[in-house]
Amino acid sequence: MVEQPKIHLEHVGFTYNATSATTGAEPVEALKDVTLSIPPHAITVIFGPSGGGKTTLLRLINRLNDMLSGTRRTGQVLLDGQDIYAHDVSVVELRRRVGMVFSLPLPIPGTVRHNVTYGLQLAGMRDQTVLDNALVRSLQQAALWDEVKDRLDDPATALSGGQQQRLCIARSLALEPDVLLLDEPTSGLDPISTAKVEHSLMELKKHYTIVIVPHSVQQGARVADYAAFFLMGELMEAGPGRQVFINPKNKRTEDYITGRFG
Amino acid sequence: MRQRIMQRVGFALLALTSLIVVVPILLVVGIIVARGLNAVSWEFLTAMPREGMRAGGILPAIVGTILLTLGTALAAIPVGVAGAIYLSEYASDNIFTRSIRLAIINLAGIPSVVYGLFGLGLFVIFLRFGTSILAGSLTLAIMTLPIIVSTTEEALRSVPMEFRTVSASLGGTRWQGIWKIILPQAFPGIVTGVLLGLLRAAGETAPILFTVATFFLPRLPQSVFDQTMALPYHLFVISTQVPGMPMEIQYGTALVLLVLVLSLNLVATLLRSYFRRRRQW
Repeated sequence: MVEQPKIHLEHVGFTYNATSATTGAEPVEALKDVTLSIPPHAITVIFGPSGGGKTTLLRLINRLNDMLSGTRRTGQVLLDGQDIYAHDVSVVELRRRVGMVFSLPLPIPGTVRHNVTYGLQLAGMRDQTVLDNALVRSLQQAALWDEVKDRLDDPATALSGGQQQRLCIARSLALEPDVLLLDEPTSGLDPISTAKVEHSLMELKKHYTIVIVPHSVQQGARVADYAAFFLMGELMEAGPGRQVFINPKNKRTEDYITGRFG
Repeated sequence: MRQRIMQRVGFALLALTSLIVVVPILLVVGIIVARGLNAVSWEFLTAMPREGMRAGGILPAIVGTILLTLGTALAAIPVGVAGAIYLSEYASDNIFTRSIRLAIINLAGIPSVVYGLFGLGLFVIFLRFGTSILAGSLTLAIMTLPIIVSTTEEALRSVPMEFRTVSASLGGTRWQGIWKIILPQAFPGIVTGVLLGLLRAAGETAPILFTVATFFLPRLPQSVFDQTMALPYHLFVISTQVPGMPMEIQYGTALVLLVLVLSLNLVATLLRSYFRRRRQW
């Protein structure tokens, strides 16, 4: 990768229950010495069997793991060359730059409109024109506008599961982040909704850096510009998607893709 | 066949035990209503007691109990809810917060008369509030706090963690998440807990015995430093301390107290079911 990476992980390790004095739980090493570059304006697929540290990796990039107690992190995570765990970094600012979509759509209690503008309102935006523009733009980007333009003031829970998940994508996009993290965003969706989400990702990568944990190897292969295979917290192989999915260098990557395990 | 019989017997026993729970409540309510209803009149609710409480009304006791419950609410709700928010949302799990939780559980188990003596020592004597509505309300508030803190904490914890994560992932501060999402979602549970706590405060006798309640004071309180009559203590007095007390008045007083407390309970139930229908998970 010649380009300056958007995100760079340098010798990153992450352990849950690292300080187990109070809970008595065994420490779990979720990531081990991971060094990985994620290029801008492309879709990077993080895949591998469950328990491999994929979600942990995503949640390191917007510091959601900070919300858990008893964890230990080593190494550096750089966004545009800057250490996001440095003391002078505002977590709130960081999370506005790095949006996240979770595996289950979880609308905030309230209307469709409220869901999309929530992040901007948290940031202190009161200008109704700006909020309305962001509402239309992000719903269009998430390929949801045509379906909900007459239902903006309906409760978000009245939407179908697939619509709710695209609403969650729109909710992140409203903040115009640099990076969009998606953790199995289509795991609860039917094939048609899945296709819609994947299609909107293809559009979105023109403007955003996208890191996705796919819900299947096939999906990973469909959307990947770059791919990284994780096994038991270790990075096994990373490279252009075509290479990793069609002609993997690592035997274990090949075994996983061809369905010999996992 | 044998199994079927065993099952029948088992179900019958279970039904019987639930009947045992319900029957005393129905009996208590039934007897009080049947015997007290005749005593309750407009005069009974709005007049001062006369002839050594053997006639007239119980207005000062009703007003006293309402004032004490309001005072308890004013003191206990902000402190209790804020404490629960801290414990549930901010405090990390360590020796300090564990001992706070342990203290709260134990506080809930302390006999109410001990709270009364504590209130006498702290508010009445040491802080020189005298026997007053202020001292009584604060004593009841301290007794109510553990209930409010633990039920509120429970309500906050029952809001799925994911809501906090989502709010944080959209650039919300922890407080924004609590204020805009968690508290509204936990609201029904908090209301229920708060009302149940106040319910208990409204019906207690021992904590107000030394801190506010008077035997006989046929006027309405003038300030928070005034003493007052209160329904539970009044009931105790007219049942045991006044010779020649008409039974009817005793039952009437009990009925009024019961209706006050049960209506708070009804409000709690209605609010809970109203908000539960609006809940989103």
